[in-house]
Amino acid sequence: MENHFETGLDTLKQKLLTMASHAENAVNQSVQALVQRDLDLAMRVKEDDRVIDQFEVEIDDLVIQLLTKAPLATNLRLVTVAMKISQNLERIGDEATKIAKRARDLAQEPPIKATLDLPRMAGLALDMLKASLDAFVNRDSAAARAIIPRDKEVDALNKQIHNVLVQHMVENPDTIARCLHWMVASKSLERIADHATNIAEDVVYLWEAQDIRHTGAKNPVVPA
Amino acid sequence: MAETIMPKVNLPEAKMNSSASGVPLIEIEQLSLFYGASKALKDISLNLDEKIVTAFIGPSGCGKSTLLRCLNRMNDLIDNVRIEGSVKIGGHDIYDAAVDVIELRKRVGMVFQKSNPFPKSIYENVAYGLRLHGKQNKTELGGLIEQSLRGAALWDEVKDRLHSSALGLSGGQQQRLCIARAIAIKPEIILMDEPASALDPIATARVEELILELKKDYTIVIVTHNMQQAARISDQTAFFYLGELVEFGATGKIFTNPAKKQTEDYVTGRFG
Repeated sequence: MENHFETGLDTLKQKLLTMASHAENAVNQSVQALVQRDLDLAMRVKEDDRVIDQFEVEIDDLVIQLLTKAPLATNLRLVTVAMKISQNLERIGDEATKIAKRARDLAQEPPIKATLDLPRMAGLALDMLKASLDAFVNRDSAAARAIIPRDKEVDALNKQIHNVLVQHMVENPDTIARCLHWMVASKSLERIADHATNIAEDVVYLWEAQDIRHTGAKNPVVPA
Repeated sequence: MAETIMPKVNLPEAKMNSSASGVPLIEIEQLSLFYGASKALKDISLNLDEKIVTAFIGPSGCGKSTLLRCLNRMNDLIDNVRIEGSVKIGGHDIYDAAVDVIELRKRVGMVFQKSNPFPKSIYENVAYGLRLHGKQNKTELGGLIEQSLRGAALWDEVKDRLHSSALGLSGGQQQRLCIARAIAIKPEIILMDEPASALDPIATARVEELILELKKDYTIVIVTHNMQQAARISDQTAFFYLGELVEFGATGKIFTNPAKKQTEDYVTGRFG
């Protein structure tokens, strides 16, 4: 006999992963639009954000339906974690949109002559996002724990980019408006890494039933 | 309360209440129960503290009701039942030959799945046990009956028809009357065998609220098939399967992160 609850859970996981692929794509395209000064691509990211928002609404609705069936144990954790992951993905979509808006504005101005390691930062943030979703799918809490310390690398890169931009603004006051766009884009990438970290923490809770948020040092060691 | 459950024998005054000593109120040790040659309970060891609600869960036939009935020796009424191991309440083995079973059942009350009021008035249902235990004075009886009906959250609904037949009450009211009857004789432990399974959701909610109120004064052990009910009202949960205690722990832990795969499979509906 078909288990309707299990079917509902499968639908939930499937929707979450589809939403995640849209969010990943949005981040990729927004950074590409920024680096390649591609106005059209920047506009497309903004429009696609609606799809991600719609997924959040649908996932919330499905979660509410599943909660009425009063799931327990792993099922309960899965349903509640799915809701939180979807919220983080929606915010990642919003950050991608912010980057796309700055890409749109910057594409219409001359480029600044500063070396910014933004593609590397984007690569790191996207790797973290992908790894956290892989850990969700593969039930791999050790992999999820390993993602968390990487957030510091992204924070450091953001700080480095911030410093380069401040120096550039001091030396070239006519570039202040453009430098601020780059700063916002860099901050958005840093926030995307934060959301990937949140997802990793949720995945640890899902598969280990251990809440490691706000515990100070994020020990990457998996308890026996 | 400082009464012993074994009035027939001359034992030192023992408190049923365990809080002072830190000893659990109910201590079940290596308990096995046989129906003839068939072993229905297998080496169960379990300690229950006072004034908490413990839920026994598990699929049909897992032994949870059988274990519940061991706690006030209701299984004595079944032919061919044999018990090994021990059940201590307040430090005394209730299977000791010297134990007065009537006195034990006064201390360990029971509420059944199907409400079973006597075909008498509401008043007489509660008065019956009180008279049996020596309360004859009408004024005293009236006070105790009101107290019991209030304790079972039924007083306001029946105070104007105390002498009407109990069988005229709704199912939920009848079940609360049975709870009033059980608490009238001031037990310390109340055993409940699926007390809300035959009730509608509103009556169930009232019984559940009542259980949460009662635990301020009583130790409650409840058998339920309804896991959401166990999650709502119990402090700790024991999961049984095929006569064995698989897992016992805080209800929050059992229902969010059980340690055993069998428990996980049961509470997530994969079997049972």
